[in-house]
Amino acid sequence: MLTFTAPTLSYFLLSPILVVLGGALLGVFAEAVLSRESRPSAQLTITLSTLVLALVQVWRIRDESSLSAAMGSVAIDGPAVLLQASVLILAIFSVFLIADQGSFTAMAAAIPGSPEEKESLQRGEKLTEVYPLTLFAVAGMLLFPVATDLLTLFVALEVLSLPLYLMAGLSRRRRLLSQEAALKYFLLGAFSSAFFLFGAAFLYGYSGGLTLSSIYDAVIGGTANSVFLLIGISFLSVGLLFKVGAVPFHAWTPDVYQGAPTPVTAFMAAATKVAAFGAMLRIFYTAFANAYWDWRPFLTVIAIITMAFGSLVAIAQRDIKRMLAYSSIAHAGFLITGVLALNKAGLDATIFYLFAYGIATVGTFGIVTLVRDSSGEVTDLNRWAGLGKRSPFIATAFATFLLAFAGIPLTSGFIGKFTIFSAAYEGGNKGVVVVGVLSSAIAAYFYIRVIVLMFFTDPEEDGTVVVIPSVLTRITIIATFAITIFLGVFPTPLLNFITSMATFIR
Amino acid sequence: MIKSSSWLTILGILPLLGAVLISALPKKSELNAKRIALVTTLVIAALTVAMATQFQRDNVDMQFVVSRSWIPSLGINFALGVDGIALVLILLSTLLAPIVVLAGWNEATGGRWSVKTFYILLLILETMMIGVFAATDVFLFYVFFEAMLVPVYFLIGGFGTGARSAAAVKFLLYSLFGGLLMLASIIALYVISGEQGGPTFDIGALSQLQMSSTTQNFLFLGFFIAFAIKAPLWPFHTWLPDAADAATPGTSVLLLGVLDKVGTFGMIRYSLALFPEASKTFTPVILVLAVISIIYGAFMAIGQTDFKRLIAYTSVSHFGFITMGIFAMTSQGISGATLYMFNHGFSTGALFLIAGWMAARRGSSKIGDFGGLQRVTPVMAWVFFFAGMSSLALPGLSTFVSEFLVLVGTYTRYPVAAVIGAFGIVLAALYILIPIQRSLHGPTTPGNESLTDLNVREKIAIAPVVAIILVLGFYPSPLLNVINPAAQHTITKAGFSDPLPTISAKVGK
Repeated sequence: MLTFTAPTLSYFLLSPILVVLGGALLGVFAEAVLSRESRPSAQLTITLSTLVLALVQVWRIRDESSLSAAMGSVAIDGPAVLLQASVLILAIFSVFLIADQGSFTAMAAAIPGSPEEKESLQRGEKLTEVYPLTLFAVAGMLLFPVATDLLTLFVALEVLSLPLYLMAGLSRRRRLLSQEAALKYFLLGAFSSAFFLFGAAFLYGYSGGLTLSSIYDAVIGGTANSVFLLIGISFLSVGLLFKVGAVPFHAWTPDVYQGAPTPVTAFMAAATKVAAFGAMLRIFYTAFANAYWDWRPFLTVIAIITMAFGSLVAIAQRDIKRMLAYSSIAHAGFLITGVLALNKAGLDATIFYLFAYGIATVGTFGIVTLVRDSSGEVTDLNRWAGLGKRSPFIATAFATFLLAFAGIPLTSGFIGKFTIFSAAYEGGNKGVVVVGVLSSAIAAYFYIRVIVLMFFTDPEEDGTVVVIPSVLTRITIIATFAITIFLGVFPTPLLNFITSMATFIR
Repeated sequence: MIKSSSWLTILGILPLLGAVLISALPKKSELNAKRIALVTTLVIAALTVAMATQFQRDNVDMQFVVSRSWIPSLGINFALGVDGIALVLILLSTLLAPIVVLAGWNEATGGRWSVKTFYILLLILETMMIGVFAATDVFLFYVFFEAMLVPVYFLIGGFGTGARSAAAVKFLLYSLFGGLLMLASIIALYVISGEQGGPTFDIGALSQLQMSSTTQNFLFLGFFIAFAIKAPLWPFHTWLPDAADAATPGTSVLLLGVLDKVGTFGMIRYSLALFPEASKTFTPVILVLAVISIIYGAFMAIGQTDFKRLIAYTSVSHFGFITMGIFAMTSQGISGATLYMFNHGFSTGALFLIAGWMAARRGSSKIGDFGGLQRVTPVMAWVFFFAGMSSLALPGLSTFVSEFLVLVGTYTRYPVAAVIGAFGIVLAALYILIPIQRSLHGPTTPGNESLTDLNVREKIAIAPVVAIILVLGFYPSPLLNVINPAAQHTITKAGFSDPLPTISAKVGK
C-alpha cells in the first residue's frame, strides 16, 4: 500500500520566499476589494513592506546552512542569503521607479489606439496590477538561486518569467512595440524553458535523481552514460544562458529592453541577472563541478563571443535603451567568466559583480525615465545631447554609472571587473581574461560617446527635458549613485562579507 | 614639523582641499577661484621643495613611506613612497602647477563650463599626478593612472579649442586601451603573487616573483604598451598632436610636461623593476621604436605649419630620447632620462605657454601668420627664442646636460642607436630654428603690428621657468645627486651593471 509522508518544511528558512508570495497574494486581493483611487498607494505600501520584511527575514537566516529546508529541494547557505538579499534590494529600488507611474499604460487590456484606451487615460487611471506581478517575479527570483532540484528550478524559472512577460507589455507609449516585445520575450522564453526541461529530463536519465547532489554523485561515480550528461548540461545551459542574455541566446534582449516600460527594464536587467546567475553558479559549482571538462570549453567560447559581440554591436546603437541592452549582453559575458573560474574567488567575485552591476543598472534606467519630451521618454541618443547643461547632477550621475560599466577605477565596476578577471585568471582561463579586457576597451568607446554627447555637445531646442524626479525616484538615483562610488572606494566591507559567507553546501 | 610619513599624504590632499574650497564659492566669483588655485598650488610647490630638502640622497630605499591597508581582502594597500626618480617628477608636477595657473590666468574663460570647474579639475589632476608618481602599490598606481584620465578628458573637451571633443575622446580611448592591457598584466601579477606566498601589489614583493620567461614577456608587453601609448612612442603617438592642439596651453603643458612622463616613469619603475628579463629581451625592439620616434618626431615637427602641433611632435622626438636612455640599461642612461623628463617639462612647458600667448594675441597658432615679432614684442620673442634653444639642447641650458647623459649612457652599450639618435639633435636645430626665423625675425608681417608684449603676470609666470633652465644648465648636480643613486639602484636591482668603458681594456693590452 502506498504510504504518504507529509513533507516537512522549515518555514523559518523559507520565510523570505513565503513572505513575498504572501504579499503578492495580498496584492491580488487588494486589487479585488479596494477602490480604484486607494489602490496605488495601498499596493505600493503592501509591496514595499513585503520586500522589506523579506529582507529582514533574509538577514535573520544569514547564519543558517541547511539542505533540508524543503525536503532537499532548497538549500539555504551563504550564497543563497547573499543572492536573495541582492534580489530584494534591487527589487526595492526598482519598485521605487515603478511607483512613478508615468511609464505604464492605464489599462493593459485595452487595444492600442482604441476608445477604451483613450477613456482610461482620460480618467487618469493607474495601473496597479504591476505590483503583485512584481512580487510574484521576485518570489521566483528568490527561489531560483536556492533551488537544488531540477523541478524546483523549473518551477522557479517559470514563476519568475511569466510575470515578467506580462510586465514587458505594459508600456504607456509605443504600446505596439511594447506588446511585440512581450510576445517575443514570451515565445523565446517558452522555447528556452522547453530546452531547460529537456535538459533536466536527460540529467534525470543520467543520474537517476532530480537533485543537484545526485547529479554530483553520478558524475563522481562515473558509471552512468555520459552522453546523457552532455546533452543534459547543454540543454540546461541553453535555458540558463537565455535568461542571462548570452550570445547566441540574446536575440530578445534589445527588443525587450527597448519595448518594456523603463522601470520594468531596470527590474528585469538587474534582478533577473542576479537570480539567473545565482542559479547558474549553484548548478555549475555544485552539480557539474567535477564534469568541468565537459562544459568549460563551450562555456568559454560562449563567454568570449558574448563579451565581444555585446561590446561591438553596442557601438552601432542609436537608442539608449538598446545600447544598454547590448551592454548588458557584454556584462553577461564578463559574468560568465566568473562562472568559468570555478573557484572560491570566482564565486565571491561573481556575487559582488552581480550586486554592483545591478545597482548601477537600476540607477541608469532610473535616469532614463527622467529624460522626456511631450510624448514620453526620449531614448534617441542624439537627443540626449547637452544633458550636462540641462541637468548637471543627473548627467554626472549617469556618467558615473557609465564609467562604472566601463570599469574605471574608483567605481564599483572596476572592483567587480578586477575581482572577476583575477578569479578567471586564477582558474587558468587566461585567454578569457585577455578577451575580456579588450572587450572592456571596446565597450569604453560607446560609454564615453554618451558622455561626450551629454557634456560636449550643445543641447538642441527640441523639447527634450529632464523632468524633476519624484521623491522615490530621487532616492533610487542618489542611493545607487552613492553605492556605486562607495563600492569603488571602500569595497572591503562587502568583499569581506561575501568572502566570509559565500560557500555552497551540497 | 611634518612627520616623514605624512608628507606625501599632505601633498596629495591639499589640492583636493583647494578644489573643495573653490566648489564652495558662489557661481560667479571667478577671480577668487583663480586666487585659491594659485595659492594652493604655490603652497604645494613650497611644501614639495621643503620635502625635497628632507630627502636623504644616499638612501636608495623608498622614503617618506606610508602604508595603510585599503582593500585587505585583495591585498591592496594605500602605499606611498618616493625614491630619487619619483621625487624629481613630483617636484616637476608641483612646480609646473602654479606656473600653469598663473600663465593661463584667462584661459578658462570661454570654456563650456564655468571657470570654477576648470580649476577644480586642475586641482584634482594635481592630486592624481602626485599620487601616480608616489604610489608604491601597483593597484594604487593603476587607480591613479586611470582616474587621472577623467579630469584631463574634461579639461581638453570642456575648455579646449577646435575639435576638442574629438581630441579628448581620442586621448581617452588610447589611454584606456593601454590601461586595460596593463590591467590584464596586473591581474596576472596578482594571481601569480597569490600562488607564491600571498596576493600583494607591493612593488618590492612583486619584483621577487618567479615567472617563466614566456609569462614575463606577455606581462611586460601589457605594461609596456600602456606606457608607450602614454609616453607616447611611435607608432602609438597619434593622439598627442590632436590633444595638444585642442587643449588650452596650460592643459597642454601638464599633458606633455607631466602626464606623458607617467609613461616613461612607469617604464623605469615597473617595466624594468618587475620584468628585468623581459626588458632585456625586448630592448632591441624598443630601441628601434625609440630611434624611429626621435627621427620621425623630428621630421614631422619640421613639416608642421602650426606651433602647437610642432611642439607636440618635438615631444615625440624627445620621448624617443628618454625611452632610449631608459632601455640602454645603464645608470647614466637612466639618470639622463630622468633629468630629461624634468627638463623637458620646463622647456616644452615654456614653448607651449608662449605659443599659447602668441596664439591668444594673434588669434591663430599658424606659424605662417606670424612674422617679425621681435620688433613688436621683444620680450615675448626673446623668451620664445630662449625656450627654443632649450628645446634643441643648447649647451649651457639644462636640456643639454640630460641629452648628453642619455647619449653617453646609450653609446656605452648600444652605439648604433646612440649615433642614429644623435641625428635627432641636428634635426632639432631645423625644427626649432626655421619657425623661429619665420615668426620672430625679419620684417613684421601684416596683422602683427599691434600685438602687445608680455604683461607683468606673464613675465612672473615665465621667469622661474627660464631660471630653472639656466641654473640647471650650469649646475645640474642638486638634481643629479638625487637621481643618480636611484638610477644606479634601479640598474643593480634589475641585475644589470654598467659596461666598463672599452678604452681601458685597450690600454691594458
